[in-house]
Amino acid sequence: MEHIRSVTRPPHTEGDTGEIATSLNDTQFYHHQKRIALRNCGFINPESIDEYIGVDGYTALSRILTEQTPPQEIIDAIKASGLRGRGGAGFATGMKWQFTADAVSDDGVKYVCCNADEGDPGAFMDRSVLEGDPFSVLEAMTIAAYAVDSHQGYIYIRAEYPIAVKRLQIAITQAKEYGLLGQNILNSGFDFELELRLGAGAFVCGEETALLVSIEGKRGEPRPRPPFPAVKGLFARPTLLNNVETYANITWILNNGADEFAAIGTEKSKGTKVFALGGKIVNTGLVEIPMGTTLRTIIEDIGGGIPNGKKFKAAQTGGPSGGCIPADLIDTPIDYDSLTAIGSMMGSGGLIVMDEDNCMVDIAKFFLEFIIDESCGKCAPCRIGTKRLHELLCKITDGNGTMEDLDTIVELCYHLKSSSLCALGQSAPNPVLSTLTRFRSEYEAHVLEKRCPAGVCKNLLHYEILADKCKGCTLCARNCPADAISGTVKGLHTIDQEKCIKCGVCMDHCKFDAVVRH
Amino acid sequence: MKTLEELQAIRETMQKQLNVRESDGNNIRVVVGMATCGIAAGARPVLTAFLDEVNQHNLDHITVTQTGCIGVCRLEPIVEIFAPGEEKVTYVNMKPEMVPVIVNEHLVNHKIVTEYTIGAAE
Repeated sequence: MEHIRSVTRPPHTEGDTGEIATSLNDTQFYHHQKRIALRNCGFINPESIDEYIGVDGYTALSRILTEQTPPQEIIDAIKASGLRGRGGAGFATGMKWQFTADAVSDDGVKYVCCNADEGDPGAFMDRSVLEGDPFSVLEAMTIAAYAVDSHQGYIYIRAEYPIAVKRLQIAITQAKEYGLLGQNILNSGFDFELELRLGAGAFVCGEETALLVSIEGKRGEPRPRPPFPAVKGLFARPTLLNNVETYANITWILNNGADEFAAIGTEKSKGTKVFALGGKIVNTGLVEIPMGTTLRTIIEDIGGGIPNGKKFKAAQTGGPSGGCIPADLIDTPIDYDSLTAIGSMMGSGGLIVMDEDNCMVDIAKFFLEFIIDESCGKCAPCRIGTKRLHELLCKITDGNGTMEDLDTIVELCYHLKSSSLCALGQSAPNPVLSTLTRFRSEYEAHVLEKRCPAGVCKNLLHYEILADKCKGCTLCARNCPADAISGTVKGLHTIDQEKCIKCGVCMDHCKFDAVVRH
Repeated sequence: MKTLEELQAIRETMQKQLNVRESDGNNIRVVVGMATCGIAAGARPVLTAFLDEVNQHNLDHITVTQTGCIGVCRLEPIVEIFAPGEEKVTYVNMKPEMVPVIVNEHLVNHKIVTEYTIGAAE
């Protein structure tokens, strides 16, 4: 198995010259990135429309409105760019615009909405775009409205993002003052009103049908598709719903040309993708890379490798709907289709790096706990199935699992995938299935040997003091929070297994490596 | 409501202000990262310190402003300085007490305070 090297050189010095990099632009972290969605983040003042205009903001919109560009031309440009939805599913954005534009509304009303209900654990791409460059989303939504003939829009944003909400409010006010939003935009006769709707913190409201009913003021529960929102969405009218990052790409495409955008990335995944790097990695933060960049480049070169000389074990993408990419697939290019092919998914862009100290069964359990909390309860497979799945995993981490349980898990996962109402339940088994496929030996160690190889699952751990190494310094006994260690000064210490809570404090404190964990 | 001409005028003025690097004036732009990551790490007092210090020294050619997330969240608070004809300088792990040093050394005497920059942080 291939291992990531530990960090030997400081990642923010220029490797060759040994000179100290005084600018972010001269760092390894920055070299492999290409910023399109984040082009203005960290450069302009997000609360000043003038600064946005200064970086060619609103050139696309003013050009379209003064030239009265035919809407089909705009939609064709988005199609030609190859842009796919950045919320995770990767549906072709141009097609979505086309469907909404073609859909017939009885009273002529259509809506344009933005999904800013970013909920995956460890993901903060959309928050950063809205906090750093809110006008780019407003401009793109206005252009989208013009393209599909809509005059009312909503941004559905989670209330847990107070700074993003505030900056969006400021941006909407300023855009209205300048006549770039509202009635008769730039004297062209085109109207587009935009309002914010705050989510109350339910993960399922990031699912498109649940999001739309939540905007309507109803309980945030998904409904079966079809009809798709493009045909019958908000208030039963044709609705265009895109993710924040998708919108953040639009004006760049219209200003620089669809060809320029399509030249970046792989055959079927064009452009760039923003990732929130987290977990066991030196450079945690926000990165934007061209599609097709390998996981190795992200982790080794941009991320600076794994801290403390540990080995890379897996990377989790796609949050609770995604899967784990093991170390032997580290040269996989990051694009929609390659990730799906190896049992993970692009997702919205959370990328959590795990090292040898992470137990894969425990990781699967963590994501499942999240799903149980966030399942809306409308359909039985998701409400009950995820709970049963979690119980089976607990049985394994408690040391009571059997090999039959592993088969039951796979079967249950299959049913969940096929019979859940929405993407939340359908994708909930992904973290379990992907870890079980890629790290089956770790599951088997829990079941057959009653052992957690990573040393995480407490019920399977066992601390012991080695007689030949213990000097009787009493440090372990004095620091044990459970008073589980007994022994006299300069005499051998022992751990009372009944009392031991397996916290590992004794191991951390021992200076003679006398405490071992099995 | 702005006319297209007014928008174009704003664009030209702001382009000059923002593209400090290409300009030949003596304008300097100090940009403080004020996204959630920056604010949580303590960017607000750093921004205030810059505003106070620049005011005290009557440095009219210096613009101090806030911005979004630059990406290196773990090194926040981050301050970047854009000066004519130079690569931008990235100061990391900023604290208010580091601000007078940067103002005196970098903004007044044009000497980069290397030990506070991103390369020295490791």
